[in-house]
Amino acid sequence: MIRPLVTLAVFISLWWGIAAYGGAPPYMLPSPQAVGAALWNQRAYLADNAGVTLAEIGLGLTGGTILGALAALGVAASPVLQRWLLPVLVLSQAIPVFALAPLMVLWLGFGLTSKVAMAMLVIFFPVTANFLDGLRRTEPGWLDLARTMDAKPLYVLLRLRLPAALPALGSGLRVAAAVAPIGAILGEWVGASSGLGYVMLNANARIQPDLMFAALAVLMAIAIGLYVTVDKTLRRLLRWAPGG
Amino acid sequence: MPPPGIVIGGLCLRYAGESIFEGLNVTLPAGRFSVLLGPSGVGKTSLLRIIAGLETPAAGHVSADDGAPLAGRVAYMAQQDLLLPWASALENVMLGAVLRGQRREPQRAEALLRRVGLGHRLRALPATLSGGERQRVALARTLYEDRPVVLMDEPFSALDAISRARLQDLAVELLDQRTVLLITHDPLEACRLGHSLWVLAGTPATLGPPLTVPGAPPRAPDDESMLHRQGELLRRLALLSPA
Repeated sequence: MIRPLVTLAVFISLWWGIAAYGGAPPYMLPSPQAVGAALWNQRAYLADNAGVTLAEIGLGLTGGTILGALAALGVAASPVLQRWLLPVLVLSQAIPVFALAPLMVLWLGFGLTSKVAMAMLVIFFPVTANFLDGLRRTEPGWLDLARTMDAKPLYVLLRLRLPAALPALGSGLRVAAAVAPIGAILGEWVGASSGLGYVMLNANARIQPDLMFAALAVLMAIAIGLYVTVDKTLRRLLRWAPGG
Repeated sequence: MPPPGIVIGGLCLRYAGESIFEGLNVTLPAGRFSVLLGPSGVGKTSLLRIIAGLETPAAGHVSADDGAPLAGRVAYMAQQDLLLPWASALENVMLGAVLRGQRREPQRAEALLRRVGLGHRLRALPATLSGGERQRVALARTLYEDRPVVLMDEPFSALDAISRARLQDLAVELLDQRTVLLITHDPLEACRLGHSLWVLAGTPATLGPPLTVPGAPPRAPDDESMLHRQGELLRRLALLSPA
């Protein structure tokens, strides 16, 4: 617990030193004190918009995880689905998600839905790819054992391969938790009337770098908090797996 | 229904053009403990896997001597315990029922765990069990399947001498009246447990005539006729393995 605090203190000191003596004008690099003041003075405004972004991330994470997990299960369960869906999944990664953001806003509007869709888009692939990898790498001895037990393929998938792949799904979820905020902010940048991404764009346009940095700090806190929560929860749920 | 004997006829297995065995014939007697020995890599495990239906031979057949199909009447126990790390001992024993989508019978599973001496560890996760305890759970899982034919691939080889001896006694007691085929590298284990001992050797591998051990298993480790057989078996095996 001490180490991250020390790192943070060193970082803020460096920042303060550069802002005070580095010759950067305050409209490019505001001092830590100015950002702190903005965080405090605009707390209600920031909290409201952070709530919006958090909802987008939360919904996107849930939806993306469910869709990604179902896609992986479908591909693992059915060779036909594997032949048709897998190339599409891989190919879809060749399209930069950033380029889809304007489309999402065009199709789904300026509200919550387009941001949730963006978050889902960036989450979907890491979840699917990791989970599918786990589903395909079941211990061969277990599968042999299942065969001698006259096991049914559906039960082998749900009761053997799925639980065995949960640590791999966990790795996917950790990546998803880390990239989900990117999707939401991206969606907000393209077109929104609330959220931290909107706050940042607005502050930038009005030359309020202190507010922009304050929004960035809140976003970082959300991203770190999200990652730690997901990581801790997974470790508790997957205590049986070596290395959690 | 009495357990069937296993008839193996004209069995051929080849890997990448290399012949593992050609025209292998053997009949494993019904309700008896047969032990298979031989040098590493000779094809013992492949033979076991073919009988278990896990591998397909290039030619030949494996059948039961009572005319009914062998499929669905075989239980398999490997060298690794293959316990699911997320499931308790009790749940691991009932794995077969879960994977077949059948009703689980916790009372029967619990009784089996008690018989292998783990009545106090029903809810324990595999990671909290010792190697010997894990292999006991695997034995209980094998027994839960309640199959007349049991195939075992070096199930005790990773255990210390005392755990191994105890588990051998337990296996003989609990697998009595079943047709058992056990692979082992340990001549003492073979002579303590087996009614008939087979040695698989050569390229392509062949089976010599079986060695029989008098007396009912499990035999005491200082039983004289058993020690005599063990000496004979050691000499046979030594002849087969290159210096």
